[in-house]
Amino acid sequence: MARIELQNITKAYGSVEVMRDIDLTIEDGEFLVLVGPSGCGKSTLLRMIAGLEPITGGEFLINGERMNEVPPRDRDMAMVFQSYALYPHMDVARNMGFSLEIRKSGSEERDRKVGEAAKTLGLTALTKRLPKALSGGQRQRVAMGRAIVRDPSAFLFDEPLSNLDAALRVEMRLEIARMHQRLAATMIYVTHDQVEALTLADRIVVLNAGKIQQVGTPLDLYESPANKFVAQFIGSPTMNILSVEQNSNGIQLKDGTVLQMAGTPDKDSVSELGVRPEHLNIVSPEKAHLSGVAELVEHLGSDTNIHAKVPGVGQVLVRQHGHYPLKAGEPVDIALDLDKTHLFDQKGRRLAA
Amino acid sequence: MTALADTAPGETRARPSFYFRYLVEPYLYLSPAIVLIALVMMVPLAIGISYAFQSVNLLRPFETGWVGFENFQALWSDRKFWLALTNTFWWTLGSISLQFFLGLGLALLLNTQFHGKRLVQALVFLPWAVPTFLSALTWAWLFNPTIGPLPHWLAALGILSEPYNILADPDLAMWGPITANVWFGIPFFAITLLAALQSIPGELYEAAEIDGASTWQCFTKITLPFLAPMIAITVMLRTIWIANFADLIFVMTGGGPANSTQILSTYIFTTAFRKLDFGYASAIAVALLGLLLIYAAILLVLRRKLVKI
Amino acid sequence: MRNFGKQSTVAVAGKYLALGFYVAFALFPLYWLAKIAVTPDKLIFTDGTALVPSSFTFENFRTVLLHTDFLAYFRNSLVVSLGTAAITTCIAAAAGYAFSRFDFRGKRLIIAAMLITQMFPLLMIIAPIYKIVAAVGLLNSLTSLIIVYTAFNIPFATFLMQSFFDGIPKDLEEAGMIDGCTRFQALRKIILPLTLPGLAATLGFIFTAAWSELLFALMLINSNDTMTFPVGLLTFVSKFSVDWGQMMAAGVLALVPSCLFFIFIQRYLVQGLTSGAVKG
Repeated sequence: MARIELQNITKAYGSVEVMRDIDLTIEDGEFLVLVGPSGCGKSTLLRMIAGLEPITGGEFLINGERMNEVPPRDRDMAMVFQSYALYPHMDVARNMGFSLEIRKSGSEERDRKVGEAAKTLGLTALTKRLPKALSGGQRQRVAMGRAIVRDPSAFLFDEPLSNLDAALRVEMRLEIARMHQRLAATMIYVTHDQVEALTLADRIVVLNAGKIQQVGTPLDLYESPANKFVAQFIGSPTMNILSVEQNSNGIQLKDGTVLQMAGTPDKDSVSELGVRPEHLNIVSPEKAHLSGVAELVEHLGSDTNIHAKVPGVGQVLVRQHGHYPLKAGEPVDIALDLDKTHLFDQKGRRLAA
Repeated sequence: MTALADTAPGETRARPSFYFRYLVEPYLYLSPAIVLIALVMMVPLAIGISYAFQSVNLLRPFETGWVGFENFQALWSDRKFWLALTNTFWWTLGSISLQFFLGLGLALLLNTQFHGKRLVQALVFLPWAVPTFLSALTWAWLFNPTIGPLPHWLAALGILSEPYNILADPDLAMWGPITANVWFGIPFFAITLLAALQSIPGELYEAAEIDGASTWQCFTKITLPFLAPMIAITVMLRTIWIANFADLIFVMTGGGPANSTQILSTYIFTTAFRKLDFGYASAIAVALLGLLLIYAAILLVLRRKLVKI
Repeated sequence: MRNFGKQSTVAVAGKYLALGFYVAFALFPLYWLAKIAVTPDKLIFTDGTALVPSSFTFENFRTVLLHTDFLAYFRNSLVVSLGTAAITTCIAAAAGYAFSRFDFRGKRLIIAAMLITQMFPLLMIIAPIYKIVAAVGLLNSLTSLIIVYTAFNIPFATFLMQSFFDGIPKDLEEAGMIDGCTRFQALRKIILPLTLPGLAATLGFIFTAAWSELLFALMLINSNDTMTFPVGLLTFVSKFSVDWGQMMAAGVLALVPSCLFFIFIQRYLVQGLTSGAVKG
């Protein structure tokens, strides 16, 4: 079991600093998800934790002991790669038992552990096959089995589901969640898919451009994003951002509409207002804050997404539950759920209500 | 910060392995290669260049010493050197252009579908595997009217007045080694160009076909521009290689008759091997190296201007 | 092949004609070599330019193998070529691995130096090499040839091996290192087994190159005991230039190892040679 601490971690390639001031503590048994757009440094961070990438500066501790320079083999972590990285010349059983083979454990113990893992993952019938004779989903299971067999103190996942089709991805996501419940081991999981992040994580770390934007539980991030980046990154469809300014009356939209908000921050730095599509409602004209025309209506069955154009304000996306009978070109009147809006300053920081 | 102090011993233990892994380890893998190349190629290269400014003749061991540019002055007034330079030009130009066009033709043929392709491919690439001395001997024999058919065929076609050995005719001798070189070198161009052809995405041709392009337009608008970078680099490397390539000529004609096939590299070799005049041989080699560097520089500049990809 | 039905018969015929020309051009000299080798001595002149000899004999091969030094030349060449191929491949595999997997100071410099060795006239160093080899007393020794050939072939072999290593995902050895391997263990247990075809191809290329080298062998070897095949054959040709049948029989024998290796590496030619030699 492992408690992993990152203190002031920096990463540079030559003179180019790609990551700085990474401070993070991962508690024993926690499921932590690193999420961010591609190129944000999440995989690099994971690879530094694994020992595959040298750490330029800062302290990296496992259970309180400095491990910066310890090679990967002595960190007692298992990793599931995006490409699965199955050894093409070894059959499934040997792939799964390879770490035990290297550690010179007895063949009986190895067979037993590989057998157990294969059974839990439903791979028993495939143990003699080579990776090239497996389907994508089966390969993914072998990669997970290889990690489980080792019984490591921490599991690292580098976008493990991104090469699977949508249905398999949902299935394997559940499998990973079950695995975490059963093993109660520390898990660090990198993904760019916010659904995976929100469903799996105890806590989520949002990274952008090599810096931590926010650390929190999925609900924290959804309800109180620290800044505009997190607000837009978490939640689907993306949060609407409307330009506003603050005057003596309250918060004023660009078309002149004034919003009467309780607990408006007593600052003149308000620059933008964020509101999620699900916190907008189509209402009768007299209750509306915004009036515009539906440009595009997407009927998803469970929801209806209405892309509306509001003169003076811009594009607004409204999400209505269930089927909403509206056609493109028809007028829409929209009300904001004022309790659930977010205000941001010029630098994109969220202003606490 | 107390935690830091606690783990300090671990830090000192781990430091060396850290530096080992990221700084020293690559050189462990590289050192045998570096040592051998330095000792067997770089050091002799430096010595070779220095020989060009010395008198080093094993047949006159007491006249060694620095002579400045004397070797080069001798070179300047050496008629054989200028003849060899001219011959090098024709030898290289003749060989490279025939090899290239025939190789391109073969690559285009092999890039289509036909029965028995694997076998044909193996057969036409075979000359490439034949040792050069053997290619040279085989072609020398083929040109020999006693046992070879070529002079008889050429005479029957009216190209030769009677079946005689063109390798003994100063006007025609160069065609012997060039033929052998073309035979030996077509596979190289065919292989590299075939690989380049296969890397052109098929969708491009489909798109062009939908746009109404003819076969010839496909070739000039898609194939050639895609091949251009590969053509530039292979032609450059091969030109240098052929200009340096002495084996065929040395075996087939030894530079004769009357120096009509003497190129710079055979001249270097015979000067070193027969006359043991290492100083003069090195001066010729330095001159050849200089010419090749100028050629490579010109070609690289042209490439940058002409090739867009 | 039916989808090519739209091509005119003339075009198809032209294509097969062109292919036939290439095959004939490639094979004819070798065929002639073999033909003279199996033609009985007394028929060589009477048969003249006939395409098929009127009778066959293996007498020439027997004479060459039993009554000349060719077996010794053959053995010397085999020792030199196998030694060169084995040592070069090991050294080049290590260097190619370093180029493929590490970023380190001086990498560009070393690659540039290796490329330069491919550009300058090798004959330029024939004189210095001769003097050095003579100074250390290694003239007429096969060891000196192996060392020299190994150095000559390392740059090309390194670029070739690098391209093979580049084709193996880095993830695999990282997975191995996480599974508990040292880098070297990961190389040995995971990467090398996957590079076996590449190693074989490199061995083949280097063997063929060493087998056909003539000029340095000519310079460094003049004792009959240590002559390699090219030198021996050339000496034979200049001494007994009328034993046509025997010379060609020897030529056919010299062809055998190269052709065996060629068949062996043929399928890697298009992929391996280009990615290794040209891009590298």
